[in-house]
Amino acid sequence: MSSCKEKDMARDILRDIKKLGIKKEVRIMEVCGTHTQTIARYGIKNILPENIKLISGPGCPVCVTPASHVDLAIKLAEEEDVIITTYGDAYKLPGSEKSLAEVGKNVKIVYSVDEVIEMCRAQRDKEFVHLSIGFETTAPAIASVLLKNPELENFSIIPSNKLIPPAMQYLIKNDCKIDGFICPGHVSAIIGAKPYERIAKVYEKPCVISGFEAIDVLKSILMILNQIKNNISKVEIEYKRLVKYEGNKIAREKMDKVFKASNAYWRGIGNIPSSGLKLRNRFKRFDAPKRYKIKLKDAKEIKPGCLCSKIIVGNALPTQCKLFRKECTPYKPYGPCMVSVEGACNVAFRYG
Amino acid sequence: MLHLDMDKAKISVSHGAGGRMMQELIKEIASIIENKKTRDGRGIDVLEDAGIANINGTKIAFTTDSYTVDPIFFPGGSIGKLAVCGTINDLAVMGAKPLALTLALVLEEGFPMAELKKIVMDINKEVKKANVAIISGDTKVMEKGKIDKIIINTAGIGIVRYDVSDYYARPGDKVMVSGSIGDHGMALLARRFKFETKLKSDCSSIASMALSLLKTGGIRVMKDPTRGGLAACLNEIAEKSKVDMVVYEDKVPIKEEVRSVGEVLGIDPMHTACEGRCVIIAKEEKAEEILNMAKRFDRNASIIGDVVKGSGKVFIETKIGSKRYLESPIGELYPRIC
Repeated sequence: MSSCKEKDMARDILRDIKKLGIKKEVRIMEVCGTHTQTIARYGIKNILPENIKLISGPGCPVCVTPASHVDLAIKLAEEEDVIITTYGDAYKLPGSEKSLAEVGKNVKIVYSVDEVIEMCRAQRDKEFVHLSIGFETTAPAIASVLLKNPELENFSIIPSNKLIPPAMQYLIKNDCKIDGFICPGHVSAIIGAKPYERIAKVYEKPCVISGFEAIDVLKSILMILNQIKNNISKVEIEYKRLVKYEGNKIAREKMDKVFKASNAYWRGIGNIPSSGLKLRNRFKRFDAPKRYKIKLKDAKEIKPGCLCSKIIVGNALPTQCKLFRKECTPYKPYGPCMVSVEGACNVAFRYG
Repeated sequence: MLHLDMDKAKISVSHGAGGRMMQELIKEIASIIENKKTRDGRGIDVLEDAGIANINGTKIAFTTDSYTVDPIFFPGGSIGKLAVCGTINDLAVMGAKPLALTLALVLEEGFPMAELKKIVMDINKEVKKANVAIISGDTKVMEKGKIDKIIINTAGIGIVRYDVSDYYARPGDKVMVSGSIGDHGMALLARRFKFETKLKSDCSSIASMALSLLKTGGIRVMKDPTRGGLAACLNEIAEKSKVDMVVYEDKVPIKEEVRSVGEVLGIDPMHTACEGRCVIIAKEEKAEEILNMAKRFDRNASIIGDVVKGSGKVFIETKIGSKRYLESPIGELYPRIC
């Protein structure tokens, strides 16, 4: 797409948004860290009418990973001499006392779980534990690895994968002021549009599955506002080039074979029913806490002064936090939302 | 605001990534050194790409750089080529004609001689091309595992012909780049992550181009956007010159493949190193002439923005017509996970 054309398209969409003549405040939440980045990178908030507010929700998998899981990984690395593998983003995530980056041994950054499997094969005398975080996008990859390598003896995971739609419902039920959702693109490519139907029908919140280009997000905002103007709420797909209504059945089947939904703790938010993935009994030998007989302990999830628990549900802005840009920076993150490039505080820090 | 406590803190990889953390470290180090420049010269008091010493009325540009690139052979170059071009470029952007280099090699025990030979042959090829000489050198060997394969340091001197400085940008000036942005960094990252791309590093000497463009007399600032990329480079100029800049996203030349690799890894091409490009701040009335000349060396040369009154901020007008800050990268660049 030529950028000249994009500028014209953006202008047309903005004109259509203004034409709707919506005067009341409308709060639209995005629940995907990549959308958060697109919105900041292209300055989308700055060109929308003032009454249209974009709010970042719990769309960054690193931000919602409990400190207790980090603590567990640290304990394994330090006391059991196993090698912890993690995605780069989670490396600096603070646990109760420190992050994996501060352990100094037995921690390796990987870019995909396949890399861990290669390491497991190359070093049979070592045990590897993968801190498995992420949403419906990364869960199928883990599932697929476990299905393909049932014989692996030196591999297990700390199951920390989470599901997005239950978290969206939780926010609505807990009085977060949201008028519509920009639904995640990659997640929806797996789960399809159906899981959002309840949110649209029962809770009457328009849901639009969006792509990641600036124009995609602008179009999705227009689609949501159109629904609001016409007093309807349904699930629409803007990101048609990748997302089908039924999603990716094969990926979902793999996930279902390996995992089942369970309650999960979202850092800064709390326990959300059926929002996590735990390993099915058949695969429990891959469950690191069981394998090493370590119980999750209560952890310091949100430290004093940190506003992340409000930021993650859209009830506060990063700039309203007293620690933002002072004690808390991407150099040394104090709160979880400052760690990943998808975290609301990190994005706010980088894009000003 | 982001104070580095040198008595307690430890060095992290981010301190070498070209972003704000590196700037901070350099400032801390420079603050300890008391003799920062020679008489009438420019030194680490102003922290430019090379220092300038005044010797009997002749201005000599003097710079040093250590090279630790991984992988040591990459599409479009090698650590040897980089070690020559990088140092030559630091001299050229200070308005100097490069004259001579030193070459120091730190080698890991067990490093194959054949690879060393290949690297030195690359070095030879580049010094011949740039018409400079290597007039002094040093070799050291470290025990296996104490360093990763090879580190090269080169220092270089050149005779200053044109007066350019990071501090000279003025409102009304034009912001230009001499070619596409981010090729070097993305080509290396693509290789590291085993992506199949046709990307090549832009690693090359820019000295002859720089000297021809400087001849126009219309250039106030020249700088090579290495670590930290275009964003860090522009922010440094804006801060030092106490001006603002507006960059137009749709005018910045970025190759489609660079953009795609960046998207997959969650890395902004504007935060990614170039090793054969320069950023130019040109007087408005000379900008077109300089652009046309630059296009003869690289057809992707472009005017990408304006210098405006301000206090050291860089803005980018995005492709959808909105404006935001173009910040320097912070530290290490992590790929996204979702």
